[in-house]
Amino acid sequence: MRIFLAKRVFTLVLTLLVATLVVFVVLEILPGDPAAVMLGINAETDTLNALREELGLNRPVWVRYTHWVGDLITGNLGISYTYDVPVSELILDRITVSFPLALLAMTLSTLIAIPLGVMAASNHNKPMDFLVMSFSQIGIAIPNFWFAMLLTLLFSVTLRLLPAGGFAGWDAGIVPVLKSFLLPTIALALPQAAILARVTRSALLEVLQEDFIRTARAKGVTNQGILWKHALRNALIPVVTIMGLQFSFLLAGTIIIENVFYLPGIGRLIFQAISQRDLIVVKNLVILLSAAVIMINFMVDLLYAFIDPRLKGGGDV
Amino acid sequence: MFRTLAEVFRHGLKNRSFVIGGTISLLFFLIAFLSYFWTPYPVEDINIAEKLLKPSAKYLLGTDHFGRDILSMLIQGARNSVIVAFVAIGIGIGCGVPLGLMAAAKKGWLDELIMRFNDLTFAFPSLISAIMITAILGPGSVNSIIAIGIFNVPVFARVARGAALSIWKREFILAARSAGKGLFKISIEHILPNIASMLIVQATIQFALGILAEAGLSYLGLGTQPPMPSWGKMLNEAQTFMHFAPQLAIYPGVAIALTVMGLNLFGDGLRDVLDPKLRRRR
Repeated sequence: MRIFLAKRVFTLVLTLLVATLVVFVVLEILPGDPAAVMLGINAETDTLNALREELGLNRPVWVRYTHWVGDLITGNLGISYTYDVPVSELILDRITVSFPLALLAMTLSTLIAIPLGVMAASNHNKPMDFLVMSFSQIGIAIPNFWFAMLLTLLFSVTLRLLPAGGFAGWDAGIVPVLKSFLLPTIALALPQAAILARVTRSALLEVLQEDFIRTARAKGVTNQGILWKHALRNALIPVVTIMGLQFSFLLAGTIIIENVFYLPGIGRLIFQAISQRDLIVVKNLVILLSAAVIMINFMVDLLYAFIDPRLKGGGDV
Repeated sequence: MFRTLAEVFRHGLKNRSFVIGGTISLLFFLIAFLSYFWTPYPVEDINIAEKLLKPSAKYLLGTDHFGRDILSMLIQGARNSVIVAFVAIGIGIGCGVPLGLMAAAKKGWLDELIMRFNDLTFAFPSLISAIMITAILGPGSVNSIIAIGIFNVPVFARVARGAALSIWKREFILAARSAGKGLFKISIEHILPNIASMLIVQATIQFALGILAEAGLSYLGLGTQPPMPSWGKMLNEAQTFMHFAPQLAIYPGVAIALTVMGLNLFGDGLRDVLDPKLRRRR
């Protein structure tokens, strides 16, 4: 187990490093002159030179890269060009909106999807299965931002029960916060749940065909016992894989949904930064979001070993 | 266990998902194709005097805030969705499946290298890639294709590798190996057909996701740019007028949902037809 862990941690660090390299190359090297990108084509030479000096663009590339990585490790993300405040401050402020939203959506989606998937698989080819699969088909097909618009149309425009957007702020108390989170969470969670329910169902159906399930049946284990104790654990590998995959969709979803509901989270910040050509903010946000996905994948890898000890050796049995 | 196309089609006609999904998908592709020759009105025609009209005999689905015909824009939007999703899926399958098969067959350091490369690509969801590309190049539909395509690669590689790994453990593979078949030959002749149904399901999900992602990017203004209509962009514009023209927020969404559902149903049906094991279970 220790070797398995050491190997995974090593590759995690390596992946994170290469990711910083990719972001650095795409956002600092490919544009040629980041200062020109930030100031636009009509910028004066003096202003350009001043910004180049300020951003340290006159230093050799590898010095800029190592400095940036060093700063990332120490949490010094530089000063936003447009807001003139530390980028880390901006991010810390916005993450109090994005993180709870993503967490709520992931929880809600799992709570809906796993029971639905189990129900569908245990009632294979019966009306319940058909119902769950129909929900799944519709859920997968609906774009989350359109679903969000429909929810707003119903609950905000027509019934006037919930706000159409905006964020009351954590100081306003938990009720207004939950009210502003409710529609975005549902809009994010339901399409995810639709996919996850489908995967859970098909993984379970696959496992239920296996010999060991027949053996368990022959030994007199009840249907429920087989389903929850024997089948579900073995079906969890594809389910956890998809949940890991879904995290990045959730991340993307959060960025879109924040824009639909005008929530002041990371997603809004990144879009404001793009329209203001604030490459410093864009660069640091992109690497942080990518690092989040890498970390989640790392945790999924560890989870595999926990769910299926046979995989500890790296997949060879 | 490959069948001829005619055989697949003959079996497919007995499958409800295949027929319904296939019909919707075919219709979608025909509409996209039609847009090259005909739309009820030219989509660039701005007619402010006839803005935000309700559906009528003249404008079957009404007009938008510039007085443009909604039906024409929907037809043109279909073409845009097909192109982006198709190319992106091609990139995903073309690069991802060989990588996944290779990783499962060779194992060891090559597997490790491919999977870590995947993790890395995977760390840049299409939206993040699109954000990076937009930040330096500005928005455009090529962005969407590249961004969605790149993101498809690790998805297919992972699915192919995961499914292939479990097949490699089966007895008939052991038999093939002891018969002297090489890794490459086994991957193509035994592994690929056995994971094909999984790849098809994944391809339908990815195609659907490609259309959804394109709509999302266009909705955010990162994808297709005006005057080329796209379903996502239409939804974005509709949001401003939701209070007094809610119908504008309905049509493009229905178009996306229906298309994606059609493609998914078709994929499901196709899987049932292609996978004899699954058919026996029914």
